[in-house]
Amino acid sequence: MSDTLEPQTFRVTRADLVRYAGASGDFNPIHWSDRVATSVGLPGVIAHGMFTMALVGRAVTAWAGAPDAVVEFNVRFSRPVPVPDTDEGTEVVVTATVREITDDGNTRLALTATCQGEKVLSLAQATIRKR
Amino acid sequence: MPLDQSFVGRSWPATEPYLVGREKIREFARAIGAADAEYHDPEAARALGYADVVAPPTFPVVITMSASRQIVEDPALGLDYSRVVHGDQRFAYARPVVAGDALVCVNSVDEITSRGGHDFLTTRTEVSTADGEPVVTVWSKLVQRGEH
Repeated sequence: MSDTLEPQTFRVTRADLVRYAGASGDFNPIHWSDRVATSVGLPGVIAHGMFTMALVGRAVTAWAGAPDAVVEFNVRFSRPVPVPDTDEGTEVVVTATVREITDDGNTRLALTATCQGEKVLSLAQATIRKR
Repeated sequence: MPLDQSFVGRSWPATEPYLVGREKIREFARAIGAADAEYHDPEAARALGYADVVAPPTFPVVITMSASRQIVEDPALGLDYSRVVHGDQRFAYARPVVAGDALVCVNSVDEITSRGGHDFLTTRTEVSTADGEPVVTVWSKLVQRGEH
């Protein structure tokens, strides 16, 4: 495993947020109503933080090469991910660098996620187990 | 109004078991665009040593978000959910969630702090099987933004 992993890009549209709301049970209207989102000072509908984290999780399991390899996973949501009501939506780009190999042989990754060039997570990392 | 500090260190009785369905895991995996066979195909999951399909890493929030209503909807805490945003999220896994699991949650409040007019609430949820096997520990930090 090299020190910097191949970045992974995920497209996010309003349809994705509606589907995630239904699957997760998080029906907060800031994730589907521009009217509600702007009334609380947001630029418009934003992605669920846990949807963004789920995309980062997809990148981590892909890098690990196993869907069950994640031992620890944590993020701080530092900036919202606005999702315009267009066919293109927006994009989230996830990167990782290997920070260390732990005493028990696991790999600790430092993670970033950016949207429109802005970091949307901070203090994000995952520990993955070698199979 | 600040959050009630007396909630720090409190734990709540275990929730009723949540029965993890195979179709719920598939639905969640489709919603995040995760096509890994082990999330969808029981045979592929069995090849990894699991009894049924396994859930993606963030799936436990489906269970813990609902369970944490025990805390956040208690009027005595004083949380105004309309001003709440998600601050931090952390998972420490003993193993993945597997379809067929009956999972119970024990909620605690780890920390309540205030800074810059905002209030911060950190909850911890121990997720285990109804038989007591640990599965995952989930921490969430919620931020109640100050009133303008």
